Order: sequence, then structure tokens, then C-alpha cells
Amino acid sequence: MKRIFISLISKFYTSLTGLASVLIIFIVAIILGNIIYNGLPGISWKFLTNAPETGMTGGGIFPAIFATVALVILMTLVVLPLGVFTAIYLHEYASQGSKYVYWVRLAIHNLAGVPSIVFGLFGLGFFIQFIGKNIDNIFFAHTLVYGQPAIIWAALTLALLTLPTVVVTTEEALRAVPDSFREAAYALGATRWQMVRHVVLPQAIGGILTGGILAVSRGAGEVAPIMFTGVAYYLPYLPTQLNHQFMHLGYHIYVLATQSPDVEVTKPILYSTVLVLLVLTVCLNFVAILIRTKTRQRLRGER
Amino acid sequence: MKKIIHFRVKPRIKEWIIETLIRSSAVIVIVSLILIFLFVGKETLPIFFSSEIKQEVNLNRLFLPQARQNEKFVWQPISTVPKYSIIPLIIGTLKTTIIALLFALPLAIGAAIFTSEFAPTWLRELIKPAIELLAGVPSVVLGFFGLIVLATWLQNIFSWTFRLNAITAGIALGLAILPVVYTVTEDALSAVPNSYREGSLALGANVWQTAWGVVLPAALPGIFAACVLGFGRAFGETMIVLMASGNAAITSLKFTDSVRTLSATIATELAEVVVGSAHYYTLFFIGTFLFVFTFINNILGQWFVQRLRKRLHGET
Repeated sequence: MKRIFISLISKFYTSLTGLASVLIIFIVAIILGNIIYNGLPGISWKFLTNAPETGMTGGGIFPAIFATVALVILMTLVVLPLGVFTAIYLHEYASQGSKYVYWVRLAIHNLAGVPSIVFGLFGLGFFIQFIGKNIDNIFFAHTLVYGQPAIIWAALTLALLTLPTVVVTTEEALRAVPDSFREAAYALGATRWQMVRHVVLPQAIGGILTGGILAVSRGAGEVAPIMFTGVAYYLPYLPTQLNHQFMHLGYHIYVLATQSPDVEVTKPILYSTVLVLLVLTVCLNFVAILIRTKTRQRLRGER
Repeated sequence: MKKIIHFRVKPRIKEWIIETLIRSSAVIVIVSLILIFLFVGKETLPIFFSSEIKQEVNLNRLFLPQARQNEKFVWQPISTVPKYSIIPLIIGTLKTTIIALLFALPLAIGAAIFTSEFAPTWLRELIKPAIELLAGVPSVVLGFFGLIVLATWLQNIFSWTFRLNAITAGIALGLAILPVVYTVTEDALSAVPNSYREGSLALGANVWQTAWGVVLPAALPGIFAACVLGFGRAFGETMIVLMASGNAAITSLKFTDSVRTLSATIATELAEVVVGSAHYYTLFFIGTFLFVFTFINNILGQWFVQRLRKRLHGET
């Protein structure tokens, strides 16, 4: 009797945890379904390639798409080398267990936990008001060129924000390369950098790519850090220089959703913009996950 | 002879340059964290040291009840007599964070237990991508979902006075921290060696008793870490609360009131503030507060993770 009771109770709790899982899948499906259902009708070639018209109630979102991509590319150019080098340092160069390595790791973990709005404040205080202002004072005779919100400052701010992602995934990839590979390279007389460059990095390229893509996906969706560092609601031109301001998909969503005089009129455009941003970030995420799974399988197969 | 020297020297210089580059990257990581603290923190100094600013805003005004006002805690930076009490903002942040945790913790931890202990493979293959998908959704999209969709649904069901309130924002916020809590919990559970489970099953415990009585206690520090990290993420998140919370700085304990959080205050007010005014320094003070708070919170989370490792593998 007691046995049946225990097994019943166990079954009950087990199904509770199952219910939680199913509920999560259900919620994700609802969010995506709602956005796709309402957003898809508004997606057209014209929507993707035209500028906004008639006070944001018509036209397309091309400038926002263009600038978001440009921003993310700039960010990647900074964060990828920096993050990969840091990971190489941590895993290939530093003596494991040293105090300094501990501090670097601690810094990375804490950088990952800093609220995104604080990155925005930092971008404003450091990049614009300190670096930018000083560049202007020294090279441009105190005229305002770089000491103002601009795409380069926003990209640098985002690079800092996404740095932990790149470092952590790259280090994971480096860890997956067997030590026998390194020993073989050393035995052939390779220097440390030759070993890293020709043996470890080619093996870890999948993991590094994953980190890069995850960083891009994260960077494309973040709005808070760029609010004070360069984003603009509407611009009649595309950002073609480093010190231009820019439009942004995420910021576009924020403004359309909160500051529109008539939400019902802007709703179709709003939904379609959300869908575009979502497709951009989610597709990138899935590509990253795919590469990671493939790499893991390959490494497992080799051992 | 010359050629040999040439060969030997060149790689060394290249090696040295690259090694310096690699080493300095690691330095940049540490330096940037310090710079964040310095450059955000330095803008709060006038609150402590400038006599002019101190007349308008100081620690007393920020945190303690003000007797001369009809309400003790008021955040009204733009009025003839600016009032800078950040207590309503802290209360607002805590309210949305609590709702987010109440929503996300049971779901995420339950799902993590299910995937690591009971789930058949096909269901596991469904849950993990769903969570990863959710992790990939930008917070501005979740904020949009809270503002446009969720708020309307909840309003239709409960007919609250405020359409946007702590509960709406909290649930949307919960969606954002769910993947973090899930991932950390799942990592902790799968770090528990299988011998623990086998031992328990061999003693006659069933799967649930094993999960609840053996695996969960063993992974407890990791689950604490998940809660702490989830809390930190929810506390500092900006876009979701900015869009779905109503942004009214009301000092009340009712969860159905509109709230304004610390992060949302910075986001809405910094664009219009005069650089160098008391209001400006106060916003940076809030930023520093968020930074320091989440920093301590993170250290705590990592301490729990280390405890878990020590416990399971006897290493630090």
C-alpha cells in the first residue's frame, strides 16, 4: 500500500517537472507564433528596401536594417580578435592556476553580468566624452567630429558587451583540442605561436565561429547600450562614416511601440520590424548552435 | 652565415610581437572592467564632494525619508523643487524582479530537472532548442511582447487599474532570465556523477526519489548560483521593464501598480538631462549602484559555482 502511494507521489512530481518543460515550449511557440502570424503579412520587398514614410506609418525599414548590419560588422571587427586573443592567452599562454589568470577570468565573468544600461553609460562617459572629445581637441581643433554619439562608439560599446561570449566559447573550443596535438607540434620543433596558429586554431575554428555568431546575434538585439552612444530615431541618410549616427532595428521597435501617437496604425509595421529582427538574431543563433553541434560530434568521433 | 642569423631572429621577433598582442588582450579585459567602474563612478563624485550639487542631492536625499515633503519618498527630478529619492525606484526594481523570479525559477528549475533526470531523448531534443530560441530573443522583442500582447491579455482577464504594472513587466522579465536559470541549473545537475544515481537506485529508490533526495541536494550550490545569477540579470535588465512596466515612480507595495525601475530611469531620463546638473550625476549614481550591486551578486553566484565544483570533484 505504502509502496503504491510513494510511486504515485513520485509520478506526480515527475509529471510536474514535465509540465514545466512543456509549458516553456508552449510559451516559446506562442511568442513566435504571434509575431510570425501578425508580422508576416507586412513583409514585402518594398518593406525591406525602402525608407520610412509619412511619419513612420508607411514605407519600409531599410535604413534600420542597413545600419544594424553595419554596426554589428564594426563590432565584430573589434570583438573577434580581442576575444580570441584573450582566450588563446588564457588557454595556451598563461600558466594555469596563476593568480593573474584567476583575475582575468573573474573580470570576464563579471563583465558578462554588468547590466547593459551601464555599458551605455560607460560608452557615453568614456568613448564619447573622454576619447571622442580628446580626439576632437587634438586633431580637429575643438570642432565636434568624434565627441558626439556615433556608430563607432556604439560598436565599441557593444564589442565590450559581447566580449565575454567570444572568450568563453573560444576557450571551450580550445579546450576541446587534445593535448597530443600540441605535443606533436612541439616535437616537430614548432614555436608556441606556430603551434597555436597551425595546429590548435584550425581545429578550434568551429568553436570560434560559434562564439562570433553568438556575439553578433546578441549585439544585433541590444538596445540599451546604444541609446546614448549613437542611435537615432530617424535619419535621412545612411551611416557611411564612422562618426555618423544611425538607425537601428531594435531601437525602431522601442520607439514605434512606446512613442507612437496611434499604436493601432503603426502596429502592422511594428510587428513586421519585430519579425525582421527576430529572424536576424534567431537564425544566427541556430547557425551557431548547428556549427557547435557539428564540431562537438567531429571531436568526439576523432577521439 | 648571415642567412642563418636572419632565420633565427625573424621568428623570434614575430613571436614576441604576437605574444605581446595576446598578453595585452587579456590586460584589456581587466582594464575595461576597471574603466567601466571608474568612468561611471567618477560622474557620481559631485554628489559626495561638490558643495553646490550637495545642496540639491546627497545620500540623505537619495535614501532617507524626507520630512518636509508630503510624501516621504518621491522621485521627481524635473519639477520646481526636484526630489531625488531613489527608494521608489529600488522598490519598483525589486517588485518586477520578484515577479520575474516567481515566474521563471519554478519553470526553469523544473524543466532542468526534467531534462537531466527523466526526459526521453526526443523530448529533450525539443526542450533544449526551445530554451536556446528563447535565449536568442532580444530583450526589446520581449519588451514589445509584454507591452503589446501580454499586457492586453492580462488586462482582459484581470481588469487591473493600470494596464502596465509590475506583474506584466515581471512576467516578460521572467521570460528573459528563464534561459539563464535553466542553463546554470542543468549544468549543475549534469555535473553530478552518475555513480550517485546508480548508488541511490541500487538501494531501491525510484527515479524521483533519486532526483529529489540525491541529485538535487548534491547540485544545490549550482541551483543557488542559478537563482542568484537570474536575480542579477533581472535586476539590471532595461528594455523589458522600460517598455512594459508603465514607468511611474510610485512608492507602494502593491504589485498591480505601475512601477519605474532603476535601469528604466536611466534609459528614459539621460537623453534629456543637462550634462553636469544634479540630475545628471544622480543618474550616474544609479548606474554605479546597479554596477556595484550586480558585481557583488555575480561574485556570490560564482562562489556558489565553486562550492559546487569543490563538493562534487574535491577541487577548486
